[in-house]
Amino acid sequence: MVEEALIAMTAQLARLGNPSSLHTHGRATRRTLEDAREVIAKEVGCLPSEVIFTASGTEANNTALKGLYWQGRDKGKHVVVISSIEHHAIVDPAHWLAEHEGAEVIQIPVNADGVIDLEFLTQLVTTRGNEIALISVMHANNETGVIQPIPKVVDIAGEIPVHTDAAQSFKKIPLSFADLGVYAMSLSAHKMGGPLGIGALVLRRAVEIPALLHGGGQEREIRSGTLNAPAIVAFAAAAKSKYYDSAKVSELRDSFIAGITSALPEVIVNGLKADRLPGIVNVTFPGTQSDTLLLLMDAQNISCSTGSACSAGVHEASHVLLAMGHNEVSAQSSLRFSFGATSTHADVDLALSVLPDVITRGRAANLS
Amino acid sequence: MKLIAAMSGGVDSAVAAARAVDAGHDVIGVHLALSSNPQKYRSGARGCCTIEDSHDARRAADVIGIPFYIWDMAEEFHDGVVEDFLAEYAAGRTPNPCLRCNEKIKFAAVLDRARAMGFDGVVTGHYARTQISDSGKTLHRAVDHSKDQSYVLSVLTVEQIEGAIFPLGDTTKVDIRKEAEARGLAVAQKPDSHDICFVPSGDNAGWLRDRLGSEVGPIVDHNGVKIGEHKGAYTYTIGQRKGLGLTVPTADGSPRFVLKIEPVSNTVVVGAREDLAVSTMRGERAVWCGPAVTAQPQRGFVQVRAHGAALTCTYFFDGRLLTAQLDQPLLGLATGQAMVIYDGDRVVGSATICETE
Repeated sequence: MVEEALIAMTAQLARLGNPSSLHTHGRATRRTLEDAREVIAKEVGCLPSEVIFTASGTEANNTALKGLYWQGRDKGKHVVVISSIEHHAIVDPAHWLAEHEGAEVIQIPVNADGVIDLEFLTQLVTTRGNEIALISVMHANNETGVIQPIPKVVDIAGEIPVHTDAAQSFKKIPLSFADLGVYAMSLSAHKMGGPLGIGALVLRRAVEIPALLHGGGQEREIRSGTLNAPAIVAFAAAAKSKYYDSAKVSELRDSFIAGITSALPEVIVNGLKADRLPGIVNVTFPGTQSDTLLLLMDAQNISCSTGSACSAGVHEASHVLLAMGHNEVSAQSSLRFSFGATSTHADVDLALSVLPDVITRGRAANLS
Repeated sequence: MKLIAAMSGGVDSAVAAARAVDAGHDVIGVHLALSSNPQKYRSGARGCCTIEDSHDARRAADVIGIPFYIWDMAEEFHDGVVEDFLAEYAAGRTPNPCLRCNEKIKFAAVLDRARAMGFDGVVTGHYARTQISDSGKTLHRAVDHSKDQSYVLSVLTVEQIEGAIFPLGDTTKVDIRKEAEARGLAVAQKPDSHDICFVPSGDNAGWLRDRLGSEVGPIVDHNGVKIGEHKGAYTYTIGQRKGLGLTVPTADGSPRFVLKIEPVSNTVVVGAREDLAVSTMRGERAVWCGPAVTAQPQRGFVQVRAHGAALTCTYFFDGRLLTAQLDQPLLGLATGQAMVIYDGDRVVGSATICETE
């Protein structure tokens, strides 16, 4: 967490008052909380009343997807369109809607660089537009960092509600709800220097969707539950903070890519030709298994990630890389490196110094 | 040494990992995911590699204070152990999958991968001991004979034994549980696993029937006369007396036992108790856990079941088959089982029984 958020959160934790209470303490907390809402609204280019706090980005995604689907279904629209590279917090609720609520899920394919196929979407909207309840395309991908053409999606969609999961992009690249023109947008505080356990769904004013959580009627009756004031205050402090220097992080990323491709020319940097977030590099190391590489990197105190793991903790081939044309083997040979606001050139040099030996051992282990 | 501790989520492998750390080794815990479709929870003593087991293994690694990872060995396990188990039954033999798992997974796939990654060996919670002698590192029975697992480790070559660390061989199971308690390991009182881990229902016959079918075939006596019908030959075991469903009694009213299973003709042969007696067994695919056995007959012991008795015998190897001649005949011996030769408590080697007489 960034320092400003930590200070704001601990200060608020010490204060009494449920923001929904009408007494002095309650009103004081409410005021602080509404200040925070205004800060976040300003940072993401929306109205304060458009910010609905949730307990996670996952909850924001579920609320948007299910709510917009149910709203559309009431008008006879049963198709849910998502991209083939969405986070599980979109993919899984979409499939849940298909299994339990009668939805038909259509996935927009991506090209080899991980950018969605706008031709496909145009065709789909032309032929089946009146059946589509919503379109959900992430703002930037969490595994490759590839940025998606959301304004074009909105143009193609016309009257169809568009949702975007912007958990990865907030604070990393310019982000404006109003400029994007979407109906709904998900945010997650811990992805941008804020605390765990707080997120937001930005939802156009006057759009009313069915709720997932019912109770006290907080947050436009779309998300009941006592508001987590300390986390919200910290979320706002992180949103306002200037801690993230995109240019600096981009430079680290580029020097890492230059180093890795010169030391190991056979590697593939995934999404290299597309516009990407400053801090994410996804690399395929042919002939290796990424869980072996992760263990060996971890032993050198370097944390990196393999796509995702199933509930038993078994590493699985990334659906994002598969969608980009990788096969199971090459998808399982890939690692994600993330650079953040506190990363340094020394970190890049350390990673580059250990990688060749790690790859050699990883290849030997793969052949054994 | 730099070691990989294979952690199943049970008490034994947890204490083994902890003891390896105490001995000054640099240890990393690894849980092997052996099923591509794991069950969520364990049911009693059955099964391992459930999601709950992988969680237990992770918590044990946390308490011990070592890094922890999960290795997906589902494909290797399926190809090397499950398929072998089915093929052996289909061929009328009685396989031991635990032994195959040690041979092909824990001390092959895992050890090879560990060595390639720069580790020196693999730690497991098996009850067995190793000793360094003039002829190298040798494999021995555990102090706790009731828990001794040297039988299922008898497929390890000298090179595999070199890379195997068994920290529990000098202790009884009761004391391992007490030690786990003292170390604060939550799995201290977790039930032992029995049965076959990939048959979570415990119903081996039903599991085999689902996969191999249940083709009806004849039950015949030793003259080849049909006296009944069976529902799938592989669900019978050599020496089995109950559950044959025979209605034709023997002349003297004595019971009948399964003598032989013939998969090609799908026939089960039954006969008298004395026909079960085996005095000589021969095995193929011999593996030596130390110096190789020669054609020169030696005196020693042979064991044919994981927790069976050690039978006195004379043994030799003709370059193809390992032969053991028993001092006292044994009743009911299935081909496919491992014959493991011991010299006192040292494991000499093993072979897969292919002939009995």
